[in-house]
Amino acid sequence: MGAIIQYIRSYLSSNQTPGAAGNMFWVFVYIMLVFAGLSVAVIAMNWLERKILAHMQVRLGPMRVGPHGLMQPIADALKLLLKEDIMPAEADALIFWIAPFVVVLAAFTVFVVVPFGPTHAITDMNIGILFMLGVSSLSVLGIVLAGWASNSHYPLIGALRSSAQMVSYEVAMGLAVVSAVLMTSLNATGTGTLSMIGIVQAQQAQGVWFVFKFFPLGLIAFFIFAVAMVAETNRAPFDLAEAESELTAGFHTEYSGFRWSLFFLAEYSAMIAVSSIAVTLWLGGWLRPFPNLLSGTSWVQAFSFFPGICFLFLAAMCFYNTARMPKHPLFRVQTIGLAGFGVALALIGLVLFVPWVRLRVQDIFWFSAKVDGFMYMYIWYRGTFPRYRFDQLMQIGWKVLLPMGLGVLILTATVGLWPLIQNSLWHP
Amino acid sequence: MPDNKHEMPEIPGFVETSTLVVPRPEEGSKDHTMVLNMGPQHPSTHGVLRVKLKLDGERVARSECIIGYLHRGVEKIAEHRSYQQFAPYVDRMDYVAAVSNGLGYCEAVEKLLGTEAPPRARVVRTILTELQRIASHLLWLGTHALDIGALTPVFYCFREREEILKIFEKYCGARLTTHAFRIGGLQYETYDGFEEDTKRFCNDFAHKIDEYETLLTENRIWVGRTKGVGILNAADAIALGVTGPVLRASGVKWDLRKAQPYAAYDQYEFDIPTRETGDTYDRYVVRMEEMRQSLRIIRQAVEKIPEGPIMAKVPKVMKPAVGEVYHSIEAPKGELGYFIVSDGSTQPYRVRVRPPSFVNLQALDLMCRGQLVADVIAVIGTLDIVLGEVDR
Repeated sequence: MGAIIQYIRSYLSSNQTPGAAGNMFWVFVYIMLVFAGLSVAVIAMNWLERKILAHMQVRLGPMRVGPHGLMQPIADALKLLLKEDIMPAEADALIFWIAPFVVVLAAFTVFVVVPFGPTHAITDMNIGILFMLGVSSLSVLGIVLAGWASNSHYPLIGALRSSAQMVSYEVAMGLAVVSAVLMTSLNATGTGTLSMIGIVQAQQAQGVWFVFKFFPLGLIAFFIFAVAMVAETNRAPFDLAEAESELTAGFHTEYSGFRWSLFFLAEYSAMIAVSSIAVTLWLGGWLRPFPNLLSGTSWVQAFSFFPGICFLFLAAMCFYNTARMPKHPLFRVQTIGLAGFGVALALIGLVLFVPWVRLRVQDIFWFSAKVDGFMYMYIWYRGTFPRYRFDQLMQIGWKVLLPMGLGVLILTATVGLWPLIQNSLWHP
Repeated sequence: MPDNKHEMPEIPGFVETSTLVVPRPEEGSKDHTMVLNMGPQHPSTHGVLRVKLKLDGERVARSECIIGYLHRGVEKIAEHRSYQQFAPYVDRMDYVAAVSNGLGYCEAVEKLLGTEAPPRARVVRTILTELQRIASHLLWLGTHALDIGALTPVFYCFREREEILKIFEKYCGARLTTHAFRIGGLQYETYDGFEEDTKRFCNDFAHKIDEYETLLTENRIWVGRTKGVGILNAADAIALGVTGPVLRASGVKWDLRKAQPYAAYDQYEFDIPTRETGDTYDRYVVRMEEMRQSLRIIRQAVEKIPEGPIMAKVPKVMKPAVGEVYHSIEAPKGELGYFIVSDGSTQPYRVRVRPPSFVNLQALDLMCRGQLVADVIAVIGTLDIVLGEVDR
């Protein structure tokens, strides 16, 4: 017994990820935490997307289930679980059954290497970014399987579209990623890294987020990735695979109930995954903003209060809206619910002020805040843009983004190697 | 067993297969075409239109419209109703532009009777019809943008359409199938504040059109999706009998409000917007401009609504003399014509409606050939069809 406790406690003093430390207990805990956190994030994202999109479209969005529709995603999840499980008679049963699991597996597995903080990752692989790109592109397989197994026109076209799209955008995406990886090697020692944690640490060491490095090269690479990742996740304006007005629902037309919800879960966690890549590679991962401009211990201290303040602000919003609730007996439950939600947020906020928690959690906070920015952009795109046509989409992928990516890669390499070239020319 | 299989026209090298399963070409066959049924249950066929597409990859080789899913026999019903009784039925044809339908019918019967509505009634009719044109175009804009993937404009459009429907509701109590006019004039006097409501709407709406245009007109994706898509040249448009904004976008300056003025249109100044190419983008621009011109007409009309009676002297029991009449108006979607034959009894012998949607829909195959599946959606949207009117 003592040995087990010793085993569990031994990790607490280390400053590695549980995977790197080889501590299976904490690996398991981290996996559970990431999985639970991701599920909550998807649920929250579901609610936020509906609310934000609604407000962009001069409507209210969900308002009935819980205060301001806060319980709506839970009600939806329950509905999906209780729905009849329909499998088309003409479908290929086994493949139809496997396909959603392949997609979900691919979408969740990538989170093994996502660094929420210097030690807050399940494990740190030295091929982290390759692993992420590789595993996330496995979801294409699931989509093609789903489209094929449905044995129906619209899913087939949807699946073909989305696989063609994902495969072609991966090329541009890969080039943008390589240029960021190249930047990690442009330091004094000249040793680069593919490890997700290593990439962020390289940005810390070089004192610049890669989006600003070799301005505007880093920015262009970031832009290419930002476009390609929207296409990669099949979201508006590149949501051809599930273009409702054309293909009803694309590759998951024939899916319903729980299976459908798996696709939904996979789509949103894939969005979070690619946003995490973008944040890690270009936006300094878990690093707080303005590390150079606002340096010094007092600023570090001040920034560490941010998570708590953020939660307290949300709690204040809840209390403000509680006060604005209609004073009718029918709204009593909702008012109490909203106040309760506010209290919960305030408690979390207060806990986040405790120094021991604060210093451990602020990394996660900055990482998620940056990812949230991308999530908001996703919703914003959806509210603003019409949909591209398939040939236009391919044109952008192959004729615009790919040459741009190649150019940026070559220029990054040239600019990065320039000091070396100078040295060798002038001091042969 | 009824034979549900619809014959496609003979196309060389095309083997008709069951549309229920993905057709697999026979061993060694080089035919890779696939037949895709779009509709009748499809989110963007605007009702229950069924389009049978023969696809070569994503390109459309041929398309065929299969209609009739919303057929209610409106024309036949007319033969068993008195002239007044039939008036509400026409509202149900183009149910998003009921006022225009009513205007066409009432004027046709008035022509048959040899009477004319009094000036006040004609001006009010003009105002309401132009409001209805804006409402219809708003619905078109919203759904067309939605088809092309822009989710937001539809809500903005409905917000403004709501204001128009409120005016209708205040005027006659109904929002959609209004039955606003009666044969010989109007049933109701305008309500107190009708002018103010209309003026306020005009002032607000002028800015709202700009709002839609900021979202779409110069949007790269929107332009990419609509420019050069579904081109219909002027000669083809005339040969197919296409009317309305679709015809005008092809460069033909033909508008019944100017060509054969009815109601009170001869009193007002307005332009007929036209474009040259006849693609989806042009039709979009023409309709946006038409909304502005409608506002112009409404503003002029509301300024001076003449005083006087609202109903001409028409008999309670209508027995028009034996004869026939054709009267057409410029409905939001094109030329809406009524051909009425009277045998001297209280019921029409025959009513034939010339619906703009039905005629415009015939251009679909021509406009879609060689385009992608996504363009078919854009073309159906740009034709602005209402299946209630196509099938009647």
